[in-house]
Amino acid sequence: MVGGPAEWRWSGAADGPDVAVSGSRGKDALLVLEEVKDPEVPVLSVVELGIVRGVEADADRVAVTITPTYSGCPAMKTIEDDVRGALGRAGFESIEIRTVYSPAWTTDWIPEPAREKLRAYGIAPPGAAAAGEPVPLGRTVRAVKCPYCISPDTALQSEFGSTACKSLYVCRSCKLPFEHFKSF
Amino acid sequence: MTPPLFSYAIRHGDDRLVLGHRLSEWCGHGPILEEDIAMANIALDLLGQATMFLKLAGRVEGQGRDEDALAYWRDEREFRNLELVELPRGDFGFTMVRQLLFSAFAYHHLEALARSSHLELAGIAAKAHKESRYHLRHAAEWVQRLGDGTAESHERTQKALDQLWPWTGELFFQDDADRALAAEGVAPDLESLRAPWEGMMKEQLARATLAIPAAPMRMTGGRIGRHTEHLGHMLAEMQIVARSHPGAKW
Repeated sequence: MVGGPAEWRWSGAADGPDVAVSGSRGKDALLVLEEVKDPEVPVLSVVELGIVRGVEADADRVAVTITPTYSGCPAMKTIEDDVRGALGRAGFESIEIRTVYSPAWTTDWIPEPAREKLRAYGIAPPGAAAAGEPVPLGRTVRAVKCPYCISPDTALQSEFGSTACKSLYVCRSCKLPFEHFKSF
Repeated sequence: MTPPLFSYAIRHGDDRLVLGHRLSEWCGHGPILEEDIAMANIALDLLGQATMFLKLAGRVEGQGRDEDALAYWRDEREFRNLELVELPRGDFGFTMVRQLLFSAFAYHHLEALARSSHLELAGIAAKAHKESRYHLRHAAEWVQRLGDGTAESHERTQKALDQLWPWTGELFFQDDADRALAAEGVAPDLESLRAPWEGMMKEQLARATLAIPAAPMRMTGGRIGRHTEHLGHMLAEMQIVARSHPGAKW
């Protein structure tokens, strides 16, 4: 937790993920973080992705709580550096970054407007995460629509794409390959 | 006396560190590009999970060792991973059968561990469990495809299973440390995971037209630091840079 219970929850995006924000400059700091893009998915901010879990800021001091998407995500260090840089430029002098693993990150935290941005960028957005259900083994068919032509006639090429959070598909209608942000 | 939680976090962290390293050896050598990427991705997940477990172990121990110190500055006899995960990677079929055997165990183990009374351990397990779902599905698909594939792929996959099966007994190894944690609700009784794991293996291996070997599951030693001759060689390669340039930053 960031300095005890948050005073209020707020997100600058109309339909953003919940972030525990507290302190007299909490909202300022969050606005800064909404400009920090994810290095692997540069169309979304680290707030929209749900990586930022809490912000506590007063005067020139700020503490940010972040959580990794996948536990081995190699972008975490870059994200930390980017967050630090942006907050430094915004006038914060004492910047603390804490990493938490619980609650586990889920794609369910990505709000609808951010999903629309993914689609426009050429990445099929995730469906609902099914973490509680038994894992389906053997051939499974998941309906993933092509982000370019919206056709549901797509084929999974590989469960693992350029990053841990994406899988590779190809559209049978428009023949274009595309990435799918895995439901997680 | 070693705190039971240190011992526990080291064992399950080392499994992931060693298996992650074995998988990473495929990087640039995968049979097809997609699998090269998939194995590197899974290796990264395992490395991330190892980091979480070893970080916790270091804190519990309280001697100032962080996850890097534990990964790079312990010798073979101090590692507590399963011998199953340290065996050389073999061919692609061997690697996929091992991934299936381990991922199915991890899937059941982490699901139970996510209910731990130790909140940090529960958080680590809940996060890793989500990843294990993908690892399990990936391996199950490949073992089915290879087992129920050509005569050659079937034969090689069956041979891999025959070689790996005896090592799976160690998955359920428990000592006083495990039993102490189980009694406190910190960790699940591993024996309770045997039936669901075996059930899942029977189903998946039958689907892959593979026969479960008659050989008993008997190999143990890794959990108490007695390893095959393969681990030392692997560690030499894994640790050489860190040990040649202590404290180096880049």
